[in-house]
Amino acid sequence: MIRNLFILLALIITPASLAEEMPLNMTRGVTDISERVYDLHMTILYICCAIGVVVFAVMIYSLIYHRKSKGAEAANFHESTKVEVAWTVIPFIILILMAIPATKTLIAMEDPTNADITIQVTGSQWKWHYRYFDQDIEFYSLLSTPRAQIENQQAKGPHYLLEVDKPLVLPINKKIRFLMTSDDVIHSWWVPAFAVKKDANPGFINEAWTKIDKPGTYRGQCAELCGKDHGFMPIVVKAVSEQEYEAWLSAQKQTAEAEKAQAQAALSQTLSMEQLMTEGEAVYLASCAACHQPNGMGLPGVFPALKDSAVATQTDMLNQHLDVVINGKAGTAMQAFAKQLTAQQLAAVITYERNAWGNDTGDMVQAADINNHAKQEAK
Amino acid sequence: MKTLTPEIDSQPEAHQEHDHHQPPKGIMRWLLTTNHKDIGSLYLWFSLIMFFIGGAMAMVIRAELFQPGLQLVDPNFFNQMTTVHGLIMVFGAVMPAFTGLANWLIPMMIGAPDMALPRMNNWSFWILPFAFLILLGSLFMEGGGPSFGWTFYAPLSTTYSNDSTALFVFSVHIMGISSIMGAINVIVTIVNMRAPGMTWMKLPLFVWTWLITAFLLIAVMPVLAGVVTMVLTDKFFGTSFFDAAGGGDPVMFQHIFWFFGHPEVYIMILPSFGIISAIVPAFSRKKLFGYSSMVYATASIAILSFLVWAHHMFTTGMPVFAELFFMYCTMLIAVPTGVKVFNWVATLWRGSITFETPMLFAIAFIILFTIGGFSGLMLAITPADFQYHDTYFVVAHFHYVLVTGAIFSIMAAAYYWLPKWTGHMYDERLGKLHFWCSVISVNVLFFPMHFLGLAGMPRRIPDYAVQFADINQIVSIGGFAFGLSQLIFLAVVLKCIKGGEKAPAKPWEGAEGLEWTIPSPAPYHSFSTPPEVK
Repeated sequence: MIRNLFILLALIITPASLAEEMPLNMTRGVTDISERVYDLHMTILYICCAIGVVVFAVMIYSLIYHRKSKGAEAANFHESTKVEVAWTVIPFIILILMAIPATKTLIAMEDPTNADITIQVTGSQWKWHYRYFDQDIEFYSLLSTPRAQIENQQAKGPHYLLEVDKPLVLPINKKIRFLMTSDDVIHSWWVPAFAVKKDANPGFINEAWTKIDKPGTYRGQCAELCGKDHGFMPIVVKAVSEQEYEAWLSAQKQTAEAEKAQAQAALSQTLSMEQLMTEGEAVYLASCAACHQPNGMGLPGVFPALKDSAVATQTDMLNQHLDVVINGKAGTAMQAFAKQLTAQQLAAVITYERNAWGNDTGDMVQAADINNHAKQEAK
Repeated sequence: MKTLTPEIDSQPEAHQEHDHHQPPKGIMRWLLTTNHKDIGSLYLWFSLIMFFIGGAMAMVIRAELFQPGLQLVDPNFFNQMTTVHGLIMVFGAVMPAFTGLANWLIPMMIGAPDMALPRMNNWSFWILPFAFLILLGSLFMEGGGPSFGWTFYAPLSTTYSNDSTALFVFSVHIMGISSIMGAINVIVTIVNMRAPGMTWMKLPLFVWTWLITAFLLIAVMPVLAGVVTMVLTDKFFGTSFFDAAGGGDPVMFQHIFWFFGHPEVYIMILPSFGIISAIVPAFSRKKLFGYSSMVYATASIAILSFLVWAHHMFTTGMPVFAELFFMYCTMLIAVPTGVKVFNWVATLWRGSITFETPMLFAIAFIILFTIGGFSGLMLAITPADFQYHDTYFVVAHFHYVLVTGAIFSIMAAAYYWLPKWTGHMYDERLGKLHFWCSVISVNVLFFPMHFLGLAGMPRRIPDYAVQFADINQIVSIGGFAFGLSQLIFLAVVLKCIKGGEKAPAKPWEGAEGLEWTIPSPAPYHSFSTPPEVK
């Protein structure tokens, strides 16, 4: 305890000593707006400190010099309309002075018109989905910190809990408009470096915007309690020059086409049990284990178990199993995975769920089965 | 808590009536009591027990956050701890403590024999333990208790919650009914039972602030009842108040909740203002500066509290006009709050000050509550709030106003009036030890949270990025120290009840008010014949 008190003391005296690890103040950020917000924050902080110094100085003077033990006799005054008016009016004027820059900044922040690029940001438990308008590019962005680091079996990396598999890539010097929404509960998309924090509300769309000045990687987190893994859905934005952005766009399109072709090819492939189980386990851990748990036991009363469950073990319920994974289950936290996973991934994960943890049904599902299921539904 | 002292009613007739009201012995005395002092004690003990239970949950939270990574509890249980910690501290610790103080003190301060509605008083206390048994019991259900934050935002609390939500809803209903009954009793007592000559502008400020608090309670507890009922029907009966798919709106939940929630914040601080306004003059041996401006400031804060609810919701995507309106109204609250602080400082000025434990807590209250007020003003500035919102900056802010604000004032009140309640002086050395341990540890606990928030750590997360590790460790150590320090308070109270130096009717030189005119411990019925107030 003593040691930590010293650390605290050191922190207060020499803020620079820990500066590399954690800033002690709000970030200035990398946009015009974020700098204005920072300036506003510092202005109010200084005003508050000044008022505090004055008030506390008077108070402490009184505590030192007006003590009974020093022989102080109590004065008799207990009212003064003049003084009361003064300390009502002066704070009021200070508040107006604070409100003026705040109003200007706020109006600038809430003007998402004339944007160059529009991105739809969709939150869901517990990942972000980005869609680039007019570009036909969309993807999910998931936490990429390994489970082992979270469970303290591995040393934690420098970007522990603030790293994702696919960052949002944005060009600098362009006005970017975000349209925020959610597939389930309320989330909040927050990147401190842009001073953008906006709630993603299910069934509604919110607007926000930014214009990044400097290339770099900027990290943020979900800022609205959204369930069990609220602390595990970070945001990573990679800001690049315009040329790099264009190059990234065309690379994305190529990859998307290649993936499409691969998915088409997968429809006619038949994988072995071993292949399905290997891929299925990987998909399960990335997309299912947060709720149903790595051991398939779920969380009783919150998320159902898959181990020994009827839907994952009875042969005549295979269709229902496909249906719930593909389309989700309305009114529950079970999401529709049709748009999150490829047919092959779906086939693999369903096979995995039917054969892992002693479920041992021996059932195999192939990509083509997923496709057929979707077709039957269409009829 | 002691037998009556005959000096106060020397007439034989009155005496007879007293014997008739002699309390039964043992547990039945407490179950059936209609006496304001017994009920006040019940409330205060209940609040202290809840304070330790809620505190134990805070210890679980701080232990998990001691290091990055998941060590002790899983995220689902962590969320239950943050949720139930909040609910217990708000509805189980702070509010019942104030109701307990109101029960003990209001009749004594206004020269009344008891509260106006004693049987309802009994009810309003005795339903409370059941509310909290239900809430705590839900933690042991399959899937655990509520895990959606004490603010229970829909749809996390509706579609995405587990079945124990029904228990949460019912327990909140019972807490609300209890609060409303308590508030009605306070209003009826103050309006009807003041001693002759006790005009409105002679009321002690504790009575004034509680009167205004009681009106706030009656205004907003039904709103809370409404919103939990909507959560219940959305979850179990297929309505769509908060579900866009059925024509509802999840943001509407937040509007209704905070229309309750913001006045609730003042419900938890206005009685504190009353307490501090009693203690500061007593130990400065000088009359309170600006009594009438204190009354008007309290009323202004109460009225403004209905116009600022959406400052909790700046990030929900309101129109700019609404954001500006709520920003301006919120900033306005700084004016009457400032007036209060200035008045206290002016009361200290050129007083004849001594530093007994109640005064120490009162002085700490003024300084630390003001710091909480400053961060509150910063949070009111909408553009800056976008950066602060839902980070540890907010956690630091509301713990400064609720722990070093509300709870410190409750501690101050306990030390100040304990001699009147028990007839004994408390142990001053232990009291001072409690104060210094608390005031140091509470700042080690909450002050660094400002930095965590500014550096970008969101609230309500069980695990965090490695850069936040050092400060979280300091915060946790402060937390454990603060938790342990409160055991000293328990020791002081128990010791004071058991014995100690005999307290005179007025143990504090500068104290003013009718409660100091009756003996210590106060007789079972405070004033059987009303005193004359000149």
